[in-house]
Amino acid sequence: MKSKYSIFSLVRNAMGYHQGWEQAWRSPEPKPEYDVIIIGGGGHGLATAYYLAKEHGITNVAVIEKGWIGGGNTGRNTTIIRSNYLWDESARLYDMSLKLYEGLSQDLNFNIMLSQRGVLNLAHNLHDLREISRRVNAIRLNGIDSEMLSTADVQAMVPILDCSKNARYPILGASLQKRGGVARHDGVAWGYARAADARGIDIIQKCEVTGIMRDGDTVTGVETSRGTIKAKKVAIVTAGHTSHVAAMAGLRLPIESFPLQAMVSEPIKPILDCVVMSGAVHAYISQSDRGEMVMGAGIDHFISYTQKSTLAVVEQQMAAVTKLIPILSRLRLMRQWAGIVDTCPDASPIVSKTPVEGLYVNGGWGTGGFKGTPGSGWVFAHTIAQDRPHALNAPFALERFTTGALIDEHGAAAVAH
Amino acid sequence: MFLINCPWCGERDEEEFAYGGEAHIVRPKDPDALNDEEWADYLFMRKNTKGNYLERWNHAHGCRRWFNMQRNTATHEFGAVYKIGEKPPK
Ligand SMILES: Cc1cc2nc3c(=O)[nH]c(=O)nc-3n(C[C@H](O)[C@H](O)[C@H](O)COP(=O)(O)OP(=O)(O)OC[C@H]3O[C@@H](n4cnc5c(N)ncnc54)[C@H](O)[C@@H]3O)c2cc1C
Ligand SMILES: [Zn+2]
Repeated sequence: MKSKYSIFSLVRNAMGYHQGWEQAWRSPEPKPEYDVIIIGGGGHGLATAYYLAKEHGITNVAVIEKGWIGGGNTGRNTTIIRSNYLWDESARLYDMSLKLYEGLSQDLNFNIMLSQRGVLNLAHNLHDLREISRRVNAIRLNGIDSEMLSTADVQAMVPILDCSKNARYPILGASLQKRGGVARHDGVAWGYARAADARGIDIIQKCEVTGIMRDGDTVTGVETSRGTIKAKKVAIVTAGHTSHVAAMAGLRLPIESFPLQAMVSEPIKPILDCVVMSGAVHAYISQSDRGEMVMGAGIDHFISYTQKSTLAVVEQQMAAVTKLIPILSRLRLMRQWAGIVDTCPDASPIVSKTPVEGLYVNGGWGTGGFKGTPGSGWVFAHTIAQDRPHALNAPFALERFTTGALIDEHGAAAVAH
Repeated sequence: MFLINCPWCGERDEEEFAYGGEAHIVRPKDPDALNDEEWADYLFMRKNTKGNYLERWNHAHGCRRWFNMQRNTATHEFGAVYKIGEKPPK
């Protein structure tokens, strides 16, 4: 049993000059065989492992990560969480995820610093306004909180936004999801890792999967940089490399991989207490607890695996942000970076069985999968344990590209997070 | 920032170009003969290669012509530039 994190453990450890904290998870040698191998130690992979143990009692599980856990998109994203998606299928999945987030710190006994500070989506022209109102209504019909704000409401809520008539991007109103907000991205990965480890799951870092072994149409294990590991079931959860890893098992996926960038400014005093998003100008802004302005940009339009930031995007991004919030114009950028986001043609994820027996894939979350982390792990664990999808992820199966039942979330997800 | 070598205009800034994705995807000759799997493959499935990739680009803010280019998606190294309809160089 792991000792519980609490005010008392904090005090006790403070007396020992914080030398006595035990490791949050072990670093075991891989066993020769597991019931389930999860490839990819991002939030989604770790959540899948945790719910396999917690909900289905499957604990002979390894999470195999080529770098360090959370070092992929989980540790690179702008941490915006919301569930205001247009279509019923997405609304159900993302809201279930948000509900899990709401109890996650307690469930994991790890403070993921969820801050439901509200997420605004700005309308800059009449068309935006109509589209946003339509969404707000659709979202409310699905029982999810969402409301329309007037320009005056927006100005009152975010005084630093340029809401003047002659602004470069006039603000005609906005939608608001009050339950939306941000969370600590590393905390989500670490919390799931610690809780999964406590239930006996092996988290194996610095171990790259280089091949997927099959016997005919059945998966039998993986080849890794640390040798062969057998498994009855293998799950691919490798955002940024979903199609690359799936190709190791001979699968072809409807996924393309693009760089998505973000950047933070130098830290300043608190000036923004909610999340501001504008799909039209590709700008997403919040302020971190350290005071940095966290700003997300659009994707580069070409396929790339390099995780490199490009000047063109930074420039566009800054042009947009400084028009929306002019007082930011003299801030310096401290860091900028990119993550590789795997996108599907309908901007919705794939959480699915595959034509290979015992092989499962969870990917294509594109620019917006951080908010989906708990829900994704929960439904994927169900899919792996029962060998059939849960009702919540059945619409997100691979077959939808053959049947044509796409879930077009371009408006909610393509550029927005 | 890329400098892309348009076969008609020479080296130009990346910002002038639009991306056209994977090259050499052939439109089905007899669409009625395709089943749903084959349509899905044509419409949605992509190689998405990590490494040398053959892609289409359009010099959208220049001569507005399409061309093919080889580019390494893992290193951003550029290879051969060749015209639409031409076979990729070996
Ligand atoms: C700049 C940026 C901003 C974003 N902003 C938001 C946002 O505000 N809100 C939101 O909801 N989403 C956002 N996203 C998207 C979100 O980050 C991702 O959808 C989500 O984190 C994906 O989680 P994951 O666990 O699937 O992937 P990852 O955390 O990327 O994990 C995948 C792991 O697989 C590992 N892996 C890959 N290949 C192998 C192999 N062969 N063997 C072993 N391991 C392997 C990788 O090393 C990696 O750690 C953003 C993304 C980026 C890049
Ligand atoms: Zn040209």
